[in-house]
Amino acid sequence: MSDKDNKNKEINEFLNKSYEYGFTTEIESETIPPGLDEDVVTLISKMKNEPEFLLKWRLKAFRHWKKMPQPDWAKLSIDPIDYQAISYFSKPKQDDGPKSLDEVDPKLLETYEKLGIPLHERAKLAGVAVDAVFDSVSVVTTFKDKLAEAGVIFCSFSEAAIDYPELIEKYLGTVVPIKDNYFAALNSAVFSDGTFVYIPKGVRCPMELSTYFRINEAKTGQFERTLIVAEEESYVSYLEGCTAPMRDENQLHAAVVELVAHKNAEIKYSTVQNWYPGDEEGKGGIYNFVTKRGDCKGENSKISWTQIETGSAITWKYPSCILRGDNSTGEFHSIALTNNLQQADTGTKMIHLGKDTKSKIISKGISAKSSQNTYRGQVTMSKGAKNSRNFTQCDSLLIGSSAGAHTFPSIDVMNSSSILEHEATTSKIADEQLFYCMQRGISEEDAIGLIVSGFCKEVLNELPMEFAVEARALLQVNLEGAIG
Amino acid sequence: MSNILSIKDLYVDVGDTSIVNGLNLKISSGETHAIMGPNGSGKSTLAKAIAGHPDYKIQSGKITYMGNDLSALSIEERSNLGVFLGFQYPIEIPGLSNTAFLKAAINAKRKYHGMDELSASEFLVDLKEKSKMMDIEQSFLSRGVNEGFSGGEKKRNEILQMLMLEPTLSILDETDSGLDIDSMKVVASGVNAFRNKKTASLIITHYERLLNYITPDYVHVFHDGAIIKTGDIQLAKDLEERGYEWLTNP
Repeated sequence: MSDKDNKNKEINEFLNKSYEYGFTTEIESETIPPGLDEDVVTLISKMKNEPEFLLKWRLKAFRHWKKMPQPDWAKLSIDPIDYQAISYFSKPKQDDGPKSLDEVDPKLLETYEKLGIPLHERAKLAGVAVDAVFDSVSVVTTFKDKLAEAGVIFCSFSEAAIDYPELIEKYLGTVVPIKDNYFAALNSAVFSDGTFVYIPKGVRCPMELSTYFRINEAKTGQFERTLIVAEEESYVSYLEGCTAPMRDENQLHAAVVELVAHKNAEIKYSTVQNWYPGDEEGKGGIYNFVTKRGDCKGENSKISWTQIETGSAITWKYPSCILRGDNSTGEFHSIALTNNLQQADTGTKMIHLGKDTKSKIISKGISAKSSQNTYRGQVTMSKGAKNSRNFTQCDSLLIGSSAGAHTFPSIDVMNSSSILEHEATTSKIADEQLFYCMQRGISEEDAIGLIVSGFCKEVLNELPMEFAVEARALLQVNLEGAIG
Repeated sequence: MSNILSIKDLYVDVGDTSIVNGLNLKISSGETHAIMGPNGSGKSTLAKAIAGHPDYKIQSGKITYMGNDLSALSIEERSNLGVFLGFQYPIEIPGLSNTAFLKAAINAKRKYHGMDELSASEFLVDLKEKSKMMDIEQSFLSRGVNEGFSGGEKKRNEILQMLMLEPTLSILDETDSGLDIDSMKVVASGVNAFRNKKTASLIITHYERLLNYITPDYVHVFHDGAIIKTGDIQLAKDLEERGYEWLTNP
């Protein structure tokens, strides 16, 4: 075998590393039979003891969803989804909710250990409060007491619907209305659980908040609903991590995240998404169709999205900001990595409504093997958004010669005092870069990891320290070899 | 004095072209060899072949390094065993800081030899001292590898990497090309600091200039992929005066 063949073999081995989180946990669970109609929507609401307004809201969303077609404008090829074959609710069997970690099923905790989030240690060491979501029900919430002292509400969406119905009724659907899009409407009808965060006026949330999502039950879709409200002069940083076990069939994940930032408030929302991407032939994997939007409602408010997207068979996701308050700021920092037959169509929308609003978009796409990676962005400067600014930078890195990188920026300017800048580059990992690293003793696998982390530096720097390390490792694991 | 590199009857192809044709060379510890020759004589090909670049194929002959047949070793194994190549055109890696790159390289070598990672403080003390020696500002170390560096900065950075990695055999491929006189002196001081009884250097150069600062023990003249004459520093001086013509077209 020649040196070059050897090298290719190594690269392929690297790229072909199997998905490390592909285990399932055997826990008795209560799953309602597949299918979706008004009865199912009602059943979900009843099982969760939801207030009447929420059931009405769900039914309204469902009736609207039925009339909508699934969108097909993204640069994605999606196998038809049978929405009647999905089970819309699954929860680990347990009497009443657990009151402390001791009451949690040890198997669940073991699963989190495998994922690298031992709740006891990690939460304590890192000072991170974790609201862990296992399938549909929030299993355990840590650090609730400490947060309660600061007046911060951090709980599962189900609890919030019962304990804080007035807040839910006031904000739910105000950023992403039920008719917003097909998947948002579906989520609104059947969402199973999620997270609610409320930061009162003048409070700086004393710790990073974190939620770990994981889809376990076969054939269950996961429909998370997250709502974060930051009152005036408040600050919160929120992290979500996502992993799913390996399965042959595709699983649907259609989440909705709504953020509301009032005057002088700041919300930092970070995602590390590592859903199962499917195998090398494209079998299995998560369909990740997510609607995320933030409303910079008050003056001087700021919302910043950071996402590391390494998983899922298909990603359809555009975390966006509505810059309503004067002088508000929206940011989007993204790393999207695709390998094998993964497809990602991701980007952002920055809708400038208030004057002197600012937005920044930094997108880093890395495509390996036969994957397709698309950046899709929209920047709108409305008539009233005088003296507003946008800076967009879209960089693509190709590994090997069969991957695709695509960029679809769209810019709409309706006033003459705004300034927009757009920069875009496409580059390739060169054989000479690899040779240079390897001549310095670094293995090919590590060299690819180093080159990619260099390429992503600006975005990785946005992540809180402990997650930046994890994200780097994740990029490396998911890259597993891509030069042919 | 022990044998470090031994090249026997070496033929190397790049694509379909035979570039190195029947080369023989022995380098022992403590020695500095210079290879001179006109452009296209195969000097850089030799350097790449020793380092293991996949485009440079050994057709026949043998390269033995410290008792190992090099063709059986991967690129990174050669490096970890102490073979260093100073690049003629150092490669840029945007966004990856020099410091992170060096640390990864040093720890890869330590791991290969079953050693623990170097502590951050040891690493930084060593880096500070050696970068000062190479006249490299601290701010450079946090910049991307060779990203936006001038020609001279890139070459000094190569020598910094050499000093940090402490190789046994250092091959410097036209490290003097594109250097002003001040940078050349800095580069030479780095190479001289590296010279000791246990190490060896192979300096590939087009001009005699660099050899005014690094005195080689042997000077070889390369032509058509083989050594046609070997001498001492006086040979380099003769070449500077008379050019290559009198040797290549006798």
